[in-house]
Amino acid sequence: MKMMKQNVMIAGLALVLLSATACKDGNKNEPAAPMSNEMHQESMDDMMDDKPMNEVDEMAMNNGQDAKAEAILTDYFKLKDALVADDNAKAKELGASLATTLGKLDISEYTDTQQSDLKDIVEDAVEHAEHISESDIAHQREHFKVLSKDVTDMVAITGTENTLYQQFCPMYDGGSAWLSTSKDVKNPYYGSKMLTCGKVQKEIN
Amino acid sequence: MKIVKIIAGIFLVALVLIQFIPVDYNQNDTVPQTDFMVVHKVPEAIQKKIQVSCYDCHSNNTQYPWYNRVQPVAWFLEDHIKEGKAELNFNEWDSLSSRRKTSKLRSIIKQIESGEMPLDSYTLIHRDAKFSKEETEEIINWVTQLKDSL
Ligand code: HEC
Repeated sequence: MKMMKQNVMIAGLALVLLSATACKDGNKNEPAAPMSNEMHQESMDDMMDDKPMNEVDEMAMNNGQDAKAEAILTDYFKLKDALVADDNAKAKELGASLATTLGKLDISEYTDTQQSDLKDIVEDAVEHAEHISESDIAHQREHFKVLSKDVTDMVAITGTENTLYQQFCPMYDGGSAWLSTSKDVKNPYYGSKMLTCGKVQKEIN
Repeated sequence: MKIVKIIAGIFLVALVLIQFIPVDYNQNDTVPQTDFMVVHKVPEAIQKKIQVSCYDCHSNNTQYPWYNRVQPVAWFLEDHIKEGKAELNFNEWDSLSSRRKTSKLRSIIKQIESGEMPLDSYTLIHRDAKFSKEETEEIINWVTQLKDSL
């Protein structure tokens, strides 16, 4: 049997890395290297646009595109309804648009303290909305809980034109709240599984 | 059979060559004042566990035993570190507002509870990063306490 020179030279390395695949008659071994190259390429590209905060800041600066708190609430309620309806795909879409709307919140008319609070709230909320845009429904609901707290805190500063109802279900994750435009309880954390868990805790406005 | 040998040969040569492409190592000697362990009084056992199991992907300093330096493992890790640090960087913990800290702690609890973190692909090699049932309970209790105290 004739051994190939390079096989001998790098037998050690091959053993370490790919003892399993390298012995499989060499079939389909080749793609492994190019694939890794691709992976590396991708990670390099990603590094370039890895600045979520700047994006948020820039969006907030956009003149004429500034969103009001009402626009955020509208998106939030749509998202809530999707979770009530157990609709994972729709909630993903709505999470993404909520993240965009949040980034456009115009905070210029508020005091310095309010501005820094709002920035903090928005930064947190954007992250949760983004996670909602890429998660399964159980994760979406986990993130929705914290998102609801953020949005509630936002409304405490910005106010709103409409009457909102803060509702509370003691069963989900040690007790969880959310906002609704209606007194009727429709639970976004359980959906059809336990649609009516909860009660109105507080009226806002 | 000849073609198989040639393909295997090309593949092996490629494997050797990729070893020479430089990796951007995630390494840093100093522990900043914003580090999680500096800011909070963390019991020693928990501190160790978090550093072994999480810091490789969630801090500015990854431990690089030999197998983490070999390609394509190093690229794979580099990718995870970049993504992991964007989500959570224990070294920069104190630069977060208390709202963000609470949010991250909640997320840490969920990730450990559900067994999603540390990543399976990682514990496959790093056996000591795995959590036993007792360790899981201990760390979740502690993190929950910390979260409620913020
Ligand atoms: C092999 C690298 C790696 C290790 C080790 C690791 N993580 Fe991660 N972590 C990631 C990556 C990559 C992400 C982002 C993608 C994702 O969420 O899966 C992430 C995301 C997270 C998030 C945010 C997830 C979310 O959806 O909110 C948390 C919290 C987290 N990790 C905590 C931990 C903790 C705690 C440990 C240790 C017990 C740990 N990680 C160990 C790579 C790692």
